[in-house]
Amino acid sequence: MLAAVLTGFLLSIFLVFAGKYFKGKLAVLSALVPLGLFLYFLSFINRVSSGEIITQSVEWVPALGLNLDFTLDGLSLLFTLLITGIGFLVFAYTAAYLKGHEYLDRFYGYLGMFMGAMLGLVLSDNLLSMFLFWELTSISSFFLIGFNNSSEASRKSAVLALAVTGSGGFLLLAGALLLGNVAGTYSISEMVALGDMIAQSESYILIVVLLFGAAFTKSAQFPFHFWLPGAMKAPTPVSTYLHSATMVKAGIYLLLRFTPVLGSTEFWNTTLIIVGGITMFYAAVHTLFRTDLKGVLAYSTISVLGLLVFLIGLGTQYALVAAGVYIVVHALYKATLFLITGIIDHETGTRDVTALSGLRKVMMPVAIAGLLAAISSAGIPPTVGFLGKELVYEATLGMADWAVVLTVLAIATNILVLYAGFVAGIKPFTGKLPEKFEKVHMPSYLMWLPPVILAVLGLLIGIYPAVIEAPLIKPLVDSVGLEGQAVHLKLWHGFNFVLGLSALTLAGGFLLYFLWKPSEKKENAISKLDFIAPKSLLLGFSAGFRSFSSMWTNFLQNGLLRNYVTTIVLFLVVLVGYSLFSGENAFHINTESLSEMTFYEVVIMGVMFMAVAFVVVARSRLGAVVGMGIVGYAICLLFVIYSAPDLAMTQFSIDTLTVILFVLVLSGLPKYIAKSNLITRIRDAGVSIGLGVLVSLIALAVINEPVNKEVSDFYAENAYILAKGKNVVNVILVDFRGTDTLMEIAVLTIAALGVYSLLKLRLDKDENIEKEN
Amino acid sequence: MKTLILRTASNYMLPLLLVFSVFILLRGHYLPGGGFVGGLIAAIAFVLHAFANGLENTKGLLRIRPGVLMPIGLGLAFLSGLAPVLAVDEPFMTGLWWPDHVPVVGNLGSALFFDIGVYLVVIGVTLTIIFSISESD
Repeated sequence: MLAAVLTGFLLSIFLVFAGKYFKGKLAVLSALVPLGLFLYFLSFINRVSSGEIITQSVEWVPALGLNLDFTLDGLSLLFTLLITGIGFLVFAYTAAYLKGHEYLDRFYGYLGMFMGAMLGLVLSDNLLSMFLFWELTSISSFFLIGFNNSSEASRKSAVLALAVTGSGGFLLLAGALLLGNVAGTYSISEMVALGDMIAQSESYILIVVLLFGAAFTKSAQFPFHFWLPGAMKAPTPVSTYLHSATMVKAGIYLLLRFTPVLGSTEFWNTTLIIVGGITMFYAAVHTLFRTDLKGVLAYSTISVLGLLVFLIGLGTQYALVAAGVYIVVHALYKATLFLITGIIDHETGTRDVTALSGLRKVMMPVAIAGLLAAISSAGIPPTVGFLGKELVYEATLGMADWAVVLTVLAIATNILVLYAGFVAGIKPFTGKLPEKFEKVHMPSYLMWLPPVILAVLGLLIGIYPAVIEAPLIKPLVDSVGLEGQAVHLKLWHGFNFVLGLSALTLAGGFLLYFLWKPSEKKENAISKLDFIAPKSLLLGFSAGFRSFSSMWTNFLQNGLLRNYVTTIVLFLVVLVGYSLFSGENAFHINTESLSEMTFYEVVIMGVMFMAVAFVVVARSRLGAVVGMGIVGYAICLLFVIYSAPDLAMTQFSIDTLTVILFVLVLSGLPKYIAKSNLITRIRDAGVSIGLGVLVSLIALAVINEPVNKEVSDFYAENAYILAKGKNVVNVILVDFRGTDTLMEIAVLTIAALGVYSLLKLRLDKDENIEKEN
Repeated sequence: MKTLILRTASNYMLPLLLVFSVFILLRGHYLPGGGFVGGLIAAIAFVLHAFANGLENTKGLLRIRPGVLMPIGLGLAFLSGLAPVLAVDEPFMTGLWWPDHVPVVGNLGSALFFDIGVYLVVIGVTLTIIFSISESD
């Protein structure tokens, strides 16, 4: 399985080097990769349906508990087949859809990377590696949404999608670490046995909230749904593959995967029902106001994702069977509708619902696929959609509480989804063919065959539900912790109440479709409400945050060095001063241990004071610099008196160089101007004296602390024995702590390179400006 | 600042100071001194020369860009640390010592080469910074 996961990545790497040979006619060959993987996973179907769980374990970073453990059970198998099967059709479709595109190879590279990541995600048994694959799907989605990188709207949508799904990824990481900590393992299959223990732990609510955050952002649940319509800026194959059939279902997968681990509480169920319920209805209503075909499909996709979350929330046997079937149903019909939309867009150049009609006359096979997909989405027998919808109603009716409310919500949503399906799958093909579309012709078979295959599959599975029952749905129900053998799918349940509800749905949907005409006016009307939409709120928040941070930055980073120094010093004085004088270990000045001052010291201190006074009142910069130099030399003398000749020598050289540096820098400045008035001078004096006092107090405090001489004694004793040196300071520098010195001279070098490049860069810029002028 | 006295003096001071800096570098293991302060003294010697004779003349005297000394010094210091790993399979930065007494230097060991590396880096860094700043006017 590791090889299967890596294949996608290898394809992507291969295309980096060999891409230019695969842009032309050979491009379609890349579809063989998902086809091969599809057949590979198909070969497991017998073993999985007989209850076997196939595992493979590869150690990666065992120290972190991060292993590539792959598990193939019913749930994973369903997703792998969707990923590779729809992947195969999309890869083939793309070869015609983006034929001759300059970056076709790059596109396949991203798709391959996505496919590998998505397979890894659904196969991972290790929570941490699952997180890595989860992030990789977000990243490949980012590249694919922004594929038309010359369009600003595409780039913005890509960033928005990455921001939402990426922050969800953070939540997943946090949740995974927390869960791993509570469970003591990162293996999901081991966690299943620990479900009760996890549910009783203190962190349970937090874990669930974090995982919900990840699932809701990825699967576009309200209020995080807004990135998905924006993601429709991607080329249609991407919308089909990532943003309808597979990637957005990663959140659903996560919820299903953790149902047996975490799904035993009321909190889990209620939250999912509420969020899923709001999402499915809210998004379904939105479809009424869209005129862009992809917009309609985007919102109906969100609606179905909401329905899936809702079903997982119900959590009953029926509900989870319904969820499983609905994943198949939706992938089949929604992918078909997206591919058809792509064909329409490709051949006519528009996706505007109000402009399209009568296309059946020029592309009959596409129209048939559209019709089949639309009736599947509507849930008209004998399609698989009917099966799915019946199961949903059975699930809602089977609930002990709130059954009526939940059922009504589901019916309302289904009516709207029916409408959306008809708008996308039937409306463009019915009516009169406008003159401007008369020259429209059929696309390449690579483009029309995939939707036809998917649509026909939807019909066939509806007629023979046994095709998916035993091989896919039963193992899936098993793997989410329920009794899979009890599942029995059939198309005809007899004349019962649920059938009545289906009829009601159909009647409502038909009425809506014939009475409600989408128009630009309605789209504009609803966009007036955009200011309270989550998207606008988030964008407003981020814009506000940006202006706040620029304000804050301008306040602190105002480019005036004196302000920086004042800020740093004040901060230091207040913080250190506070911790020095507060609390139990408050500092007391203890002068007992101090020795008498000698004559030399008094003289040196006097020199220093005079020099400092000179600096403060100096009327020229050079004078001030010289004054500072005198202070430095006086300090050197102190070092000499306290027998630290090495320090004194170094300090002496450094001081000389500092003075030289100052002279060099200052000599270029204009004549001295007093820039500060009396008040700022007093303020500055206060700040300086504050720092001076603080440092003196710290020095006194250090003297009073008992000193641990073990280290310095060791150095003094061993300098000659171990390092054959008599100058302990130097031996420490070049031998005992030589690695430190090595790092320090590396830092010095970096600093010098920094100064050099900053100054030279500025020079070159000036020269350029001069040239331009 | 091109006074005759300073210029004449700096011409004699430069070699003297350079020799002095090497002296400081070499005695570092036994007496106050070492690569760091030696490097600073050598840098001061060149800066003094530049003050008196102009930057261009000093650069001409140096022949190489002072920046080149940085990688050379870093490499030397690193190699002297790496030598025990390669030569006798001891940990990084283990001191290696020549068994015999060497005139002028005393005991010859890998620490000396490390210190020479520090010396070169310090010269390179200081001169690079000071030359860049004085050129940017």
